[in-house]
Amino acid sequence: MSILVNKTTRVIVQGITGTHGAFHTKQMLEYGTKVVGGVTPGKGGQQVEGVPVFNSCQGAVAATQANASVIYVPAKFAVAAIKEAAEAGIALVICITEGIPAMDMAKIKGWLEQKKVRLIGPNCPGIITPGECKIGIMPGYIHKPGPIGLVSRSGTLTYEAVWQLSQRDLGQSTCIGIGGDAIVGTSFVDTLKLFEADDQTKAIVMIGEIGGSAEEEAAEFIEAHVHKPVVAFIAGSTAPPGKRMGHAGAIISGGSGKAESKIQRLQQAGVIMAPSPALIGETMRQAYAMKYASRSR
Amino acid sequence: MNIHEFQAKDIFRRYGIPVNNGRIAKTPAEALEAAKALAAPGHTFVVKSQIHAGARGKGGGVKLVNTPEEVRDVAAKLLGKQLVTPQTGPEGKPTDQVLIETTTPLSKEFYMSIVLDRAAAALCLIVSEAGGMDIEEVAQKEPEKILKHHFSPSQGLSAKDADAVAAKLTLTAEQRVAFSKIFQAVAKLFLDLDASLVEINPLAIMGKGDVVAIDAKINFDVNALYRQPEIAAMHDPRQEDSREVEAKKFDLSYVSLEGNIGCIVNGAGLAMATMDIIKYAGGEPANFLDVGGGASKEKVAAGFKIILQDPNVKAILVNIFGGIMRCDVVAEGILAAVEQLKASGELSSRPVPIVVRLEGTNVDKGKQILKQSKLELISAASFEEAAQKVVAAVGA
Repeated sequence: MSILVNKTTRVIVQGITGTHGAFHTKQMLEYGTKVVGGVTPGKGGQQVEGVPVFNSCQGAVAATQANASVIYVPAKFAVAAIKEAAEAGIALVICITEGIPAMDMAKIKGWLEQKKVRLIGPNCPGIITPGECKIGIMPGYIHKPGPIGLVSRSGTLTYEAVWQLSQRDLGQSTCIGIGGDAIVGTSFVDTLKLFEADDQTKAIVMIGEIGGSAEEEAAEFIEAHVHKPVVAFIAGSTAPPGKRMGHAGAIISGGSGKAESKIQRLQQAGVIMAPSPALIGETMRQAYAMKYASRSR
Repeated sequence: MNIHEFQAKDIFRRYGIPVNNGRIAKTPAEALEAAKALAAPGHTFVVKSQIHAGARGKGGGVKLVNTPEEVRDVAAKLLGKQLVTPQTGPEGKPTDQVLIETTTPLSKEFYMSIVLDRAAAALCLIVSEAGGMDIEEVAQKEPEKILKHHFSPSQGLSAKDADAVAAKLTLTAEQRVAFSKIFQAVAKLFLDLDASLVEINPLAIMGKGDVVAIDAKINFDVNALYRQPEIAAMHDPRQEDSREVEAKKFDLSYVSLEGNIGCIVNGAGLAMATMDIIKYAGGEPANFLDVGGGASKEKVAAGFKIILQDPNVKAILVNIFGGIMRCDVVAEGILAAVEQLKASGELSSRPVPIVVRLEGTNVDKGKQILKQSKLELISAASFEEAAQKVVAAVGA
């Protein structure tokens, strides 16, 4: 098993005729993802990489029975795209787009929850179940199927961690980038809940960063509900307060959002902290061996 | 994005939030003129340095004086100087203009702000009777003195809820009405203008019992500036690091830091992690720089240029995880950028060791390209080794 996506997931690409949309459609198809359709208003009837393009999500869903959507449209139109996917009955929406105003996300988040639509992102690399389904922009080949669930606020740092795991022969059940914005659709807690319930996932890597309190909330949840080993790293220990570190959400404002307090709270919850970003894979290898080797003995 | 206090107060006036009479001055002569025009019986003057940082009072950037001549003299001391406060860093920020206001003694100071609560995906009105102080200290030591009220960004702050919050404060009936109106006005401007923070500290009750916003701070969501042209026009690049302003032109995300190791990284999370690992290896990063996940040749070249403008930089670490963008392409981009900078004299005039760490797609090919080049790049096999080598290169 895996979480949220697998080889049966049927994906439509919103913004498929754009540069990014077309490029990543090709990459996803090459990985084996079932990309069944694309949406660009006014371009229905065309094809991109052999995938049929529709004018609306509703049309695409009716023709293809898609159950997931990935969004590559510009920030100005992204919230409308999320809404359109949800209204067409798609239950899993992955938004790659960066630069959506926080207020727009705050307004749509409650509405999505009421509709029981899961949004991953925005401003995220996407989700991958290795060997089965890749939705997003991550390089597929660095991943390997296996027992580690990975959740992260970052993009390339996630690839780095995946790479370190795969090098040590620790494959992944599913990897999710939840996104670097202040307000995101799916949180660490949401993902941890899914990983804890998933049989294939035996251990979890969590990569956080400065800003907000999502890591502290994750720590609280882990303390009470997660029985699998969790290894974590928090990026931005050396970041100065008041400066936004690239991601809209990565900013220490006043006393809150510091790496130090996040690390402390996670350790208190029993999470094993990787002492350096170069040691995420190694820390997991040791934690995994300790948990599962002793049991088999 | 930050704006100046006087700009925030202009917005306050438009939303009916009471502020003191004031004028902006760019020269001591203008300050004198402004003070003469503002002078009112029973009022004193306050001269406030307009910089994008807090704790101005502690840095000597806020002065109370009695006469227009004193206003002029204080303005002369502040204008054209860097003001250093506990929030500016040691280099300070330039005072290009001062705000001159008339004021009367305050009898009580409150704190109020509206912020976006990320976890709740809602807005939060925060009010405290312990105004004029560092609110975070209050939150830590006396959390019971802070009132919080969440409200939905779709519905805004209702009059009923604003009244209810005001009713919890020690106020006269008239003041309660004034506070409630201010809460509603701040909520409205927050939503209208895509703010990310509005803070009034202090929100004061004056000697005669009237309510005035003595200070005004508004931050805006940069992602929403495209639909707030009037706010975008308030941007003051002089309050930002010149290299940060330059980087924005290349669509790069750059933050200047105090150290001497320049970093060029693709992706914000990896860029932060790179700063961290340099520190763990005993060095000090000179910057945060994200050239974008794709790490295109143009952006890598622009990254080098901006980093080399920092006189503190003694060595550069390039850390790229080639994903969709293959490492051989990235390696060629790095070489092209370095060659270009050598040709233009930007690198040859200042020999800076460059450590490169590549990982990901086609990494062997990428490393081969770097190795075969005539350029003296220091190659690192791992993330950790890269940090150690660059720290060794600056002799730390």
